[in-house]
Amino acid sequence: MGISIWIRIYAIFVKELKQLSRDRMTFGMIIMIPLVQLMLFGYAINTDARHIPVGLVDLSQTSESRAVEQALVATQSVDFIARYRSIKEAEIAITKGDIRAVLYLPADMTRRLFNHPLYDHKQADSPLTQPIGQWIVDGSDTVIASSIRALRNMPLDEVANHSATRTAPSFEVVQYFNPEQRTVVNIVPGLVAVILTMTMILFTSSAIVREHEHGNMEFLITTPVRSIELMIGKIAPYVLVGLLQVAIILSVGHWVFSVPIKGNLLSLLGSSVLFIFASLTLGLVLSTIAKTQLQAMQMTIFILLPSILLSGFMFPYDAMPVAAQWIAEALPVTHFMRMIRAIALRDANLLLLGKDALWLGLFTVGGIIIASLRFKKKLG
Amino acid sequence: MTFDHCEKMEYAIEARGLTKRFGENIAVNKLDLLIPKGSIYGFLGPNGCGKSTSIRLLTGLLEASEGDVTILGKPLLGHEESLKTRIGYMTQKFSLYDNLTVRENLNFVGAIYGFAGKRKKARIEELLALYDLEKQAKQFAGSMSGGQKQRLALACATLHSPELLFLDEPTSAVDPENRREFWERLFDLCAAGTTILVSTHYMDEAERCHALAIMEEGNKRADGSPQALMNAMPATVVEVSGNKLRQLKQTLTQHPDILSAAQIGAHLRVLVKKKVQNPLLFISELSHGRETLLARPSLEDVFVTCTGGRHGD
Repeated sequence: MGISIWIRIYAIFVKELKQLSRDRMTFGMIIMIPLVQLMLFGYAINTDARHIPVGLVDLSQTSESRAVEQALVATQSVDFIARYRSIKEAEIAITKGDIRAVLYLPADMTRRLFNHPLYDHKQADSPLTQPIGQWIVDGSDTVIASSIRALRNMPLDEVANHSATRTAPSFEVVQYFNPEQRTVVNIVPGLVAVILTMTMILFTSSAIVREHEHGNMEFLITTPVRSIELMIGKIAPYVLVGLLQVAIILSVGHWVFSVPIKGNLLSLLGSSVLFIFASLTLGLVLSTIAKTQLQAMQMTIFILLPSILLSGFMFPYDAMPVAAQWIAEALPVTHFMRMIRAIALRDANLLLLGKDALWLGLFTVGGIIIASLRFKKKLG
Repeated sequence: MTFDHCEKMEYAIEARGLTKRFGENIAVNKLDLLIPKGSIYGFLGPNGCGKSTSIRLLTGLLEASEGDVTILGKPLLGHEESLKTRIGYMTQKFSLYDNLTVRENLNFVGAIYGFAGKRKKARIEELLALYDLEKQAKQFAGSMSGGQKQRLALACATLHSPELLFLDEPTSAVDPENRREFWERLFDLCAAGTTILVSTHYMDEAERCHALAIMEEGNKRADGSPQALMNAMPATVVEVSGNKLRQLKQTLTQHPDILSAAQIGAHLRVLVKKKVQNPLLFISELSHGRETLLARPSLEDVFVTCTGGRHGD
């Protein structure tokens, strides 16, 4: 009796694997989804806004005003793509969306510049000190606005064409793990979590539903197969699929985008397997709720969106309100996002991340139990 | 003596007051069944009469709203799982995997029933030969003809040699030639001791059963062996031949003592209530001297007599 459990699980496993390998489209997607998305996001996503198109209203028309313009271009933050004779014209251009900001240099800019302590270090900071110009920014996009804001205290030494003794900063900042501040370093491990969430939940959420829709279930439930055997046999092949995707994303990330993989591979494997199991059981639970494949798909998307937006993939977890953090904690992806970034980028090991690992384990056990209980060997 | 006989009689299926409601709708209404072991029992009725629902109730796929069922001597309630190794079920819709080959399907079903190694291989070879599927062993199930699919489904349903086999409209997608062959196989299984419950809406198939139940709108209208049903039919069959039969049919069907009149070729087949003393004379008068003849009742006559509100009196 004991051995027949394994015979049945193995039979379902082999059947599922064979069906998967014959579904060319699905099989192709397993490889193409991580490859294409990694290439796309790896190049496209950059939270560090550069070369923002801006305009210039220069009423001073002096060599100093041109020097200020050149100093700004040299920062690479902005590109002056247009000149306007008045603020009114520039405002229309912002409304139309031609430019994201405009720099206004007043007629008395040269005088303001000469009195400015950042230009002439002998000048004292007095109430007479005035800004040399004004930025008018389309503030609706916070990333663009903060990039322009960063120019507020730009040193004017280059305009002055002399190097002056600079005041020491209040703090020194040392950036560990990603000294060049490349967004892709943080994106690639995060992408492992997002893509696994998507494919794992999608595959399993339609797994049981598909058997119902194709009429296979009616036969299957008159056989001695147990629900737990069916559940395990059905998710097991996808563990392999998930690991294959992890390998694709991390190796392409490493070789193409030079993302360092600092942690040891065993911790990486361990955390990936834990997360894959958690996602698969989540999919199975959805599968026992959904009546059609379309419903299964909608439920997957319902889980997928918060997984992308709340897990810390797009926006920092710590910046979210407490209630949102609770929701994020409930999603397996948040825990894995933390783990994979820690392991891949900061050389943490599984033991250091015990809490997240434990949570994923408990999620899996709970999910399997719920799915088996929900799946009744009955029709209707 | 009759008491003794009853004691020895073993039943594969005993159902009492079996009822299934879906909300307001009653799909199966107080069904009583006694199906002896080793027989082929038929459910005859139009689509939507509760045949499939009854089979699903008896296999434990659906839970009954009311009633007791005993399968192979065990109460169904609470023994659903242990009974699953002793019953086989062939669904109305092909329920195996289209993108697996014939052999892969059999392998899968074999493993699910706990077969392994040489025992599984030998059983599969045996079934491939028995159901004439050796040439299709490597073919995808989805690409086979209706008849081949049906043989594969029967092979899978009988792989574990069940004592009781349920077949839900097994021949609805096959041609008459394959149907004949299929029934030969059912008689082979029956001869080997398998009890078979088969649902159908074909009269000729129903006639092959040892006993059958005529179902309509969830109710059992009549049951017994085909011969007994024909003998007990509360009507006499009279065939009328002549001209203008369509008009004659109109007038005849309005008579309260005539259950039905249907044209079959050049005849009008009229079912006259048993209480009419001399049916030949009675019809002769009504049909203004057309030629009349007493005919042997068929299962279709039985079906017509006890369905469509003509049952009872």
